[in-house]
Amino acid sequence: MSISGATDPVETATKPDGIVQARGISKTYDGGIQALEGIDLGFPKGELTTLLGPSGCGKTTLLKIIAGLLEPSAGTIIVNGRAVTGPGPERAFVFQDFALMPWASVLRNVAFGLELRGMSRHERHAIARSYIAKVGLAGFEERYPHELSGGMRQRVGLARALAVDAEVLLMDEPFSAVDEQTRRKFQEDLLHLIQSENKTFIFVTHSIEEAVYVSDQVVLLTPRPGAVSRVIRTGLDHGGSPEELRRNKRYLDMVEEIWQMLREYLV
Amino acid sequence: MTTRDFEPVGRGGPFRPLSSTAVWRLASFVLVFGAWEFAGRVPISPAFPTFGATMAALFQMTLDGSMGRAYLSTLQPLLIGLLISGVFGILAGVAMGLSRLFEFFVAPVFIVLQAAPVAALIPLITFIYGIGLTAKVIAVCILAAPVIVLNSYKAVRNASPSLIEMCRAFQGSRVQVIAKIILPDASPLIFAGLRLGIAAGFIGVVLAELLITPTGIGDLITYHRSVADYAEMYAAIFSIVAFAAITVSSLQKLETMVFRPEKKEG
Repeated sequence: MSISGATDPVETATKPDGIVQARGISKTYDGGIQALEGIDLGFPKGELTTLLGPSGCGKTTLLKIIAGLLEPSAGTIIVNGRAVTGPGPERAFVFQDFALMPWASVLRNVAFGLELRGMSRHERHAIARSYIAKVGLAGFEERYPHELSGGMRQRVGLARALAVDAEVLLMDEPFSAVDEQTRRKFQEDLLHLIQSENKTFIFVTHSIEEAVYVSDQVVLLTPRPGAVSRVIRTGLDHGGSPEELRRNKRYLDMVEEIWQMLREYLV
Repeated sequence: MTTRDFEPVGRGGPFRPLSSTAVWRLASFVLVFGAWEFAGRVPISPAFPTFGATMAALFQMTLDGSMGRAYLSTLQPLLIGLLISGVFGILAGVAMGLSRLFEFFVAPVFIVLQAAPVAALIPLITFIYGIGLTAKVIAVCILAAPVIVLNSYKAVRNASPSLIEMCRAFQGSRVQVIAKIILPDASPLIFAGLRLGIAAGFIGVVLAELLITPTGIGDLITYHRSVADYAEMYAAIFSIVAFAAITVSSLQKLETMVFRPEKKEG
């Protein structure tokens, strides 16, 4: 099949231009539950890599370790050649539950990362406004999160992550709390954004279609303890129209093939 | 009072829901005072005045200045006690929420105090602090402080972990996490604790005035009971209950205004 030739986990794992590298990451929680075991991965610059796997495989744990929010039990994360010891300015996080401050307007929420850095109000609001427009929320600057739909809230979360101008965007199932139609539109917008922003995206999802649709590279994780099962390069052209991509034979085959691989992990 | 919960937001215009709430509120007052008047006329007891007689006594006591003097002396220990409980209570509660060590040493004191029948402690306070203002202030504090402290503590401890993680992810320092996430997230609950603390402070001051030395409202109640002026005694009781209820409910209005601006506009 089309995938086998394009797949080589060893090759991608040692890719020298991986802006983010995971080296021997293991994580055992206090209760003795092992979430991750011996993860070696490279995330190429300017690409979107998806972490895909059954629920409870430690996808989010790995993402939070990359973000510096959790400490690995073993191994190191290297970003731009430096070992990660905590959150850093080169990484921004988009949360599954949006994590918006309910008492703050959209504008303040989007500008929050810059506010924490001590940027002046005038400056940070100007930047925030431009990203609010970019994610399609112009006119909603003074609204509060509870006045927005789930999809709009996640756009605020995305704008907040973009506003700090990080090189790496970490997205933890950003569309899981959003309805299907909104989700599709959001995925399409995300592809546009990837083209225009030239950032590295690391994306966690449990949806195979979503993973293949948006990714350059899909990492399949095994059930707990999560380990890298396979790394698949999609080789899809994300620049074309969404309709084309969704009907693309390679896209459809790949979705099916990944499903066959994941299937063996399900009881 | 939870009447606000029943107001449908943004439906049928701003006028209708408000007026129907007012009608129900009025109806419940009429019902209660009507029953009081009826019971006084039966009479259920020679020591039970009618509503009308109570109001007349209240009016008369307000005119002759005895009510005003009583409030002046009651409000003193109440305000001092509430100020102390508010400032130190919130500080202690927030510190307990932030530091496990502080929690370990301080939390049990307030948990015991909250559960304790405080009236039983009042003779002890008198024994130590005498019968002056200090003893009354302390009575207000031991009633008001526990609920303020424990509410602030729970509010801080239950601040959204997801927002705290978000702030950390964007490189917020510990101070920023506390100032920009934990305190704003906790403030509605802290304020609710303050409101409950004020209500408890009223209990404290009246208890102190009845049990330590009769002054202020406590004196009016005790004195008029002793000379069998039941209408005056009821007037004093009615006035302090009404005063406490109005204070606490206006505080709730203020709370809605400050912390839930979106609810008010709806």
